[in-house]
Amino acid sequence: MTLESKIPSGPIEQKWEKSRFDMKLVNPANRRKYSIIIVGSGLAGAAAAASLGQQGYQVHCFSFHDSPRRAHSIAAQGGINAAKNYRNDGDSIFRLFYDTVKGGDFRSREANVYRLAQISVNIIDQCVAQGVPFAREYGGLLDTRSFGGVQVSRTFYARGQTGQQLLLGAYQALEEQIAAGSVQMHTRSEMLDLVLVNGKARGIVTRDLVTGAIEGHAADVVVLATGGYSNVFFLSTNAMASNCSAIWRAHRRGALFGNPCFTQIHPTCIPQTGDYQSKLTLMSESLRNDGRVWVPKQKGDHRKPGEIPESERDYYLERRYPSFGNLVPRDVASRAAKEVCDEGRGVGPGGQGVYLDFADAIRRMGVELVKEKYGNLFEIYEEITGEDAYKVPMRIYPAPHYTMGGLWVDYQLMTTIPGLFAAGEANFSDHGANRLGASALMQGLADGYFILPYTVPNYIASNTLEKVDTSRPEFAAVRDEIDKRVAKLVSIRGKRTVDSIHRELGKTMWQNCGMSRSAESLQCALAKIPNLRQEFWNNVNIVGTGEELNQSLEKAGRVADFLEFAELMCIDALERRESCGGHFRVESQTPEGEARRDDADFSYVAAWEWKGEGQPWEVHKEPLTFEYVHLAQRSYK
Amino acid sequence: MNLTVKIWRQQSAAAQGQFVSYQVKDITPDMSFLEMLDVLNEDLTGKGEPPVAFENDCREGICGSCGFLINGVAHGGRRGTTVCQLSMRFFKDGDSLVLEPWRARAFPVLRDLLVDRSAFDRIIQAGGFISAPTGGAPDSNAILVPKDSAETAFDAAACIGCGACVAACPNAAAMLFTSAKITHLNSLPQGQPQRHQRSLDMVAAMDAELFGSCTNHGECEAVCPKKIPLEFIGRMNRDLLSATLHRHRS
Repeated sequence: MTLESKIPSGPIEQKWEKSRFDMKLVNPANRRKYSIIIVGSGLAGAAAAASLGQQGYQVHCFSFHDSPRRAHSIAAQGGINAAKNYRNDGDSIFRLFYDTVKGGDFRSREANVYRLAQISVNIIDQCVAQGVPFAREYGGLLDTRSFGGVQVSRTFYARGQTGQQLLLGAYQALEEQIAAGSVQMHTRSEMLDLVLVNGKARGIVTRDLVTGAIEGHAADVVVLATGGYSNVFFLSTNAMASNCSAIWRAHRRGALFGNPCFTQIHPTCIPQTGDYQSKLTLMSESLRNDGRVWVPKQKGDHRKPGEIPESERDYYLERRYPSFGNLVPRDVASRAAKEVCDEGRGVGPGGQGVYLDFADAIRRMGVELVKEKYGNLFEIYEEITGEDAYKVPMRIYPAPHYTMGGLWVDYQLMTTIPGLFAAGEANFSDHGANRLGASALMQGLADGYFILPYTVPNYIASNTLEKVDTSRPEFAAVRDEIDKRVAKLVSIRGKRTVDSIHRELGKTMWQNCGMSRSAESLQCALAKIPNLRQEFWNNVNIVGTGEELNQSLEKAGRVADFLEFAELMCIDALERRESCGGHFRVESQTPEGEARRDDADFSYVAAWEWKGEGQPWEVHKEPLTFEYVHLAQRSYK
Repeated sequence: MNLTVKIWRQQSAAAQGQFVSYQVKDITPDMSFLEMLDVLNEDLTGKGEPPVAFENDCREGICGSCGFLINGVAHGGRRGTTVCQLSMRFFKDGDSLVLEPWRARAFPVLRDLLVDRSAFDRIIQAGGFISAPTGGAPDSNAILVPKDSAETAFDAAACIGCGACVAACPNAAAMLFTSAKITHLNSLPQGQPQRHQRSLDMVAAMDAELFGSCTNHGECEAVCPKKIPLEFIGRMNRDLLSATLHRHRS
């Protein structure tokens, strides 16, 4: 198999325009003859469903939630980047492109990132037209702020609920299309597998989460917008149900998986408090704009933060990175927090935390302004910890948050299976080895509003798509496999709950394939995972049947897939013997302990091919070249 | 701490439901309410009994999935908090709690504490949007929005669609939910062209779903996890009246 990225020729600023012109169109009268399945209703899925519905295609959108508005995009707090340069502070499309390539530690495609930066300006226009209530200045113009890892103020925001407001905008556009009959919404319907006919993606098999019915759905195109896989760590900032099953099933059917080891650990989350904990809560990193991160200089200093004098505090980010200070990119901030905690200077119960202190900000701006900017975050913090962050510093610790890896896609966002597209966090593109703050919302909406609505019709217009319905044997065969899998799961009746096995997997992954990784730790995880998988299939206990609303069964299917995926993630991490972005190999660091990239050997996208049950994966490498952004070791000093 | 939890168990929409009492042991104050239910469910699964079904996802109070009544109060009665954000430190050893699903004709129970809230989506379908097909938008700063309009719109747009307002209302009215979306969109310059039609259509959809009417109890505001104010119902009624007066000739 050869990987064809299909990057258009020509100067970078003209590539997208050129490719839009080169793409084939579908006559408006013919569009309703074609059907498109979109799995997921977050920013990418809802935006694509609404936009393709508006164009006149028959769209079927699937969500396992009770409503498309529940998708996890809703939880993004901080903001969305756009190269509008409304601040006159030196921003431009080229600078957003440059920052994103550099922030991603040179492991993304230049052409994709440039397109993302170009589209960013259209996204804000679109969202404002839909009525997204972005923050405003007194004159009525849009407000912006600067956000983790950049030096211009290009982040548009809606208090601390930007994801919610953008998702509601896309959701409302989607509901309008549902009312118009151009989109059919399938809620409480979980995709369990992909169906191929003659090598092309032609449908999916779902489980109705209320009745348990296993159903086939046929279409001309399938789009997966099903989010990321941070829950492989069990504890993450992702929602409880976020999972990798849709992309994993597609991978097993032939879609290559790109850079699975690229995961992002977010520096500002509320520290874990106990073993029963079900998830971690993010505190927006916008807090780092005004909060100062510190730990005591002395190991094991258990005094209250207010009793530690200025001279005995180590503002370690400001000390190590004077030019970026508290605003260094996420991977750098997370690793630095881990280091000071490993040195025994962590704070709070268990020593797994650092302070994020607003005392200076309150002195400078006054408590009212701090409240206006961050009030809801301080409230969330107090609800969870019982502490008032206006009086004592917040305690934070890094947590798994986002996954840059995902299904490998070409410039058109199509996977290696013809007719199968992947969008948003579900694909691997654009963020390289580390995503900058406020770029996830941008990418999800770019894919959904402005890329798929061109590339999906181009696929339809360029291919002869014979009529396919669910009576084909290919659908029956997949349905049969799913029936057997469900029957097997409910018949095991072992001793362990799904959660207990998931928790164990998560712990293994966090310890061995988390913030820092070594050949040794990865080998250790690779030895454990198959045993855990065996434990699951022999000893899991799922009460109830497949023919009813059964939340344990839903979870079990997702965990079964995580147990397979985790292995590939570790293999990818083992193979990539360099440190880059969120992927830190202890064997590859500078004498000062900073990540050391190895461009000579690892400047490529690792795209993994499934070769069958029990067979080793085959890796395909897409080389990355940098014509516009000069390759350099990142430095935030 | 140890608690007695009486939970509504109902196997399916068609089945008869009943309360069942459970003892939950060794709960610590830093657990969340849903983590307490996780502990119960792990225990039930170990005994081969079906775990309690309840809706939840983000567990940080923004997705709107979760919600049930604790001792008759939606989301447990702590101001501005969803049940997933509710901490066990507000409970004490020996407490006895009764958990029930939202009760409303428009929200049929699907299983245990989990109900069907699709009626909310259908209200949005009736007019809870600004028609702005992808691609045709003007530059975002071409539309000036006064800061206070943007703030009002945001206050209303903060609604998470959890359904607590309906559950708390003696009339099972969905007026707080509907008025929040109408206020969000009608407060903005972009929302003006569809203002009247939106108000008429969303209120009609709300009635068609068999939600009741507001009689100013204010229970909805009291339980709303996003503190959506009752005042928005007044705004909706004014908008509805104005829309009725401005109806275009057909």
